[in-house]
This record gives sequence, structure tokens and C-alpha cells, in this order.
Amino acid sequence: MSQAVLQLEKVRKSFGSEVVLEDISFKVLEHKATVFIGASGSGKSTLLRCINLLDQIDDGQILLDGQDISAANVNPDEVREKLGMVFQSFNLFPHMTVLENVILAPTKVQKVVKEKAIDEALELLNKFGLREKADQYPDRLSGGQQQRVAIIRSLARHPRLLLLDEITSALDPVLVNEVLSTVRDLKSEGMTMVLATHEMGFAKQVADELCYLDKGRILEWGSPKKLLESPKKSETKEFLRRLLQAGRL
Amino acid sequence: MAKKSGRSSNRAAPSSSSNFGGSWSPSEIELARRQARQARNKKSALIAALSSFLVLGTLGLVLVTSPGWETLRNTFFKWAYGFEILPKILLGFTTNATLTVIAGTSVALIGLGIALLRTSRSPALTPFRILATVYVDVFRGIPMLLVILLVGFGIPALQIKGLTNNVLVLGTLAVIITYSAYVSEVIRSGILTVHPSQRAAARSLGLSNFQTLRHVVLPQAIKRVTPPLLNDLVALIKDTGLVSILGVTDAVRAAQIQTAKTFNYTPYVMAAIIFLLVTIPLTRWTDRMLRNSYERENAVGQA
Repeated sequence: MSQAVLQLEKVRKSFGSEVVLEDISFKVLEHKATVFIGASGSGKSTLLRCINLLDQIDDGQILLDGQDISAANVNPDEVREKLGMVFQSFNLFPHMTVLENVILAPTKVQKVVKEKAIDEALELLNKFGLREKADQYPDRLSGGQQQRVAIIRSLARHPRLLLLDEITSALDPVLVNEVLSTVRDLKSEGMTMVLATHEMGFAKQVADELCYLDKGRILEWGSPKKLLESPKKSETKEFLRRLLQAGRL
Repeated sequence: MAKKSGRSSNRAAPSSSSNFGGSWSPSEIELARRQARQARNKKSALIAALSSFLVLGTLGLVLVTSPGWETLRNTFFKWAYGFEILPKILLGFTTNATLTVIAGTSVALIGLGIALLRTSRSPALTPFRILATVYVDVFRGIPMLLVILLVGFGIPALQIKGLTNNVLVLGTLAVIITYSAYVSEVIRSGILTVHPSQRAAARSLGLSNFQTLRHVVLPQAIKRVTPPLLNDLVALIKDTGLVSILGVTDAVRAAQIQTAKTFNYTPYVMAAIIFLLVTIPLTRWTDRMLRNSYERENAVGQA
């Protein structure tokens, strides 16, 4: 069996006296996707931010390709070079065109020659049907297009692992589909990912492993089929029942 | 969507979906609506013209028919005399202009530096952050005239060898000290308006703290505070005149000298006009620049 791309060991995170994550342990193997589901406030976003070192963990360990990235002497910038992160609210840079957004990190961080970075960026934009938007500013794009640009921006750096944080929560149902199909394409190309999502249908399609997060703990995990169709814990059942009621399952 | 499409109505001529975006002529309803709008606009324009004429006309009439009008015109608006002494005032204005360029550049750099210092969270910079805060508190709170006097007369009084006694240099220094405090606060508030998610996105892309500032935070921050910064620049152009109390001859001082000779106040008016000739175009130019960048980056034209 191949080595895990990402491994968390008993990770704990609190903000002041409020414990947000506790005893979080899981592995993501290469080309696999782990999907986190759970109510708002269950700690999904914080978990992704901790993996990306945007938030500092209180205890436990995070290993990326076997290297302890939670160690005190690790340079966060070097770690983040290997990680791609996409946010719920897109967070494109409004003062830059789509192309400038995509080539910023490759040219400034990875010091790729500008012409080469542009070629690669245009190729990516073309692949995801956004070639003609290259010279537009983000505000002129639909929400779905903006989120796809954000995904492309994180891909342009050839990340080892992609972190997707509720990337469809700010979109209307029609736009959700165009973003999700982009993610499905990435999955089929073998991208390793960790996702937090409210879209159960999508979670079922993409996830190799599904984790139910409740009050900062992984309460139940397994294959999507197993977790969604025969949940064991009462909390999981209750969560799924509420989703069903809301028409989200 | 991005293009200006004029005012279209969704109740205009019924069109089949196959004809979407094809030939179209406005319906009866739309034509009536346009006519009504046009009539309303015409009425508004008429009212505006009439009220302007009334108000401005009355003011002008009061001015011209006032008993002292003739005297006032001779002492403040004697154009022939004004043009005669214009070169002297212009010569004085070169001092204001030079001072503005030197002080403006220095203030921009120092103000930016202080703003960055005060918004940084690096523990190593803590003592400098405290100093910067004290500096801003102190020099924002003292009238600039006092700073000019303190620096202009205080530094020479120290009699330290190698320090200049040149009042122009000392005056400029005082202006720089005061304005850097103002401008650093404007830039700092701009930096604070950039949402933390922008920083998070930049850091998650692997940009260093400095790169994040340089490419993501500052471009957005500076753009947002350009109008207040311009406000400070205009104020700076005018306040450079304050160094004249140290004995420097600027436009205001030159006008004063002329006035003292003839007891005619036209030089003051000339000086005022010269200041306006610089500040008004500067404001218009900045407004246009901002509007252009706004229209380029935002989907919905004017807010």
C-alpha cells in the first residue's frame, strides 16, 4: 500500500476555551478523496484551515507525505506550496484579471518564467472552458465561473493535495453543477483531495471515504454507501434525517 | 451582461425565443414610457435653469449694487495690476511646488512605512510599533504651525554642528513630520478594510507575508483611500505656504509683500487663483482615474 499523502494524528484545536476539533485522526491515500460532512459549526472549515497551517493546532500531528508539517520549525510557506486551497467565498483578487489571478503564485512563489506561466494558465483555463474570460476581472464573472477560476488558480501550482472548503455553498443550484463537474474531472484525473461539503449527492459520487464530523469529533466514517445508507450512530442518523427533510439528500 | 445595453423593457414587443436578441422595435407601452421620461427630464432641466438664474442672479445683483462694490473691485480685482505682479507670485509659487514634490514624496514613503509598521504583527517590531503609535498620536495632535515654529527655531537653537540652519529645509522637515502622521493613518485604515479572506487566499497560495502585502493587500488598500489621500495632497499644497512664517518667500508671502507696498489686495486673489489652477485639475484627474478603474473591475457600472 502506498504511503498516505496526508495523515492526521489526534489533532486538537481550540479557540480560547472553546474546543473546535478533538481527537481527529485520518489518512488520505494518493488519488483518493476524503469528504467531511456535518452541520455548520462542526469544525469542517477549521480542520481544512489547520491542514493548510492557516490556523495552528493545539495538539497532535499533521503529516504531509510523511513529513511532520505541524513541527515548530516548519516554514508554512513551503508547506502551502504543496497544498491547493479553495474557499467558500472564492476569494479571487478583485484588482487582477482572471489570468493575473492564476499566474500570481506560479510567477511570484515558484518563480516560473512569466511567458511559461501564462501558457500553462491559458491551457488550464481552456481545459475548463474559461479561456475567453482570461482578461476579465472577477466581478464580471458569474459565481460558478469565479469559483472555477479559484480552483484553476490553486491547480496552477501543481499541488500535491487539494483542500476544498464548502466550495458550492455560495452558489445557486445551477451554478453548483458546473463547479462540481469540474471537481469530478479532477478526481478522475487522480487528484488527491480533502473536501468539506453540504452536497450529499456529490459527496457520494466523489468520496472514497466519508467522515461525519459532529462537535469537533469524527463520529463515524466509512464508504459513502455505508455511511449514508446504514449509519450506526444516532447523531449521524439525525443529521441525515434533517438533510432529507430539507431536500438535500 | 457587461455591455451597456440601454434601458430595455421585458414587456417590450413580444418576441419568440427564436428571435431572441434579433430585430426589435419598441412597443407602444415603451414608447409612451420614453415620452413620459423625456417630458419629466425636460421639466427638471427647466426648473434647474430657472432656480440657478434666480439665485445666482440675485447674489450677483446684490454684490454689484452694493455701495462698496466699486471700491472692492478696485482693491481686490484690479486685473491689470494683478498681471503686472503675477511673475513675482509665480516665482513664490515655485517654492510651494518644490516643497509639495519633496514633502509629498517623503510623506508618501514615511506614511506607508508607519502604516505597515502599525498593521504588522511581528513580535520583533513591537518597540517600533509603540514608537510609531506615539509619533502619530503626538504629531497628529499638534497644530502644524507650532511644529514649524518648534522645528524652525528649536533645531538651530541646539547649535549642533553639521545640522542645517536653512529655514526652507527645516520648514519642509516640519511639514513632512506632521503630514506623515496624517497620511499613515489614512493608509492604515485602507489596509484594515481589505478583508482577511484576501490575505488567507494569498497565504494559502504560498505567497509570503511581504508578497501578500505587495501584490494583494496594498493595491486594494491604496485604491480605496485615494480620495482621502488626494484630500491630504491638496491640503499639503496649501499648507506648504505656512513655512513662510520662517521667512521663506512662497506665493502667499510674495502676494503679501506686494500688498504691503500698494495696499491693493489683488495679489491675494491672484495667489488664490494660482492655487485653484493646480488643485482643481488634480482633483478632476484623480476622480477620472478612480472611475476608470472602478468601471474596469466592477460589473455594475456606477454605484
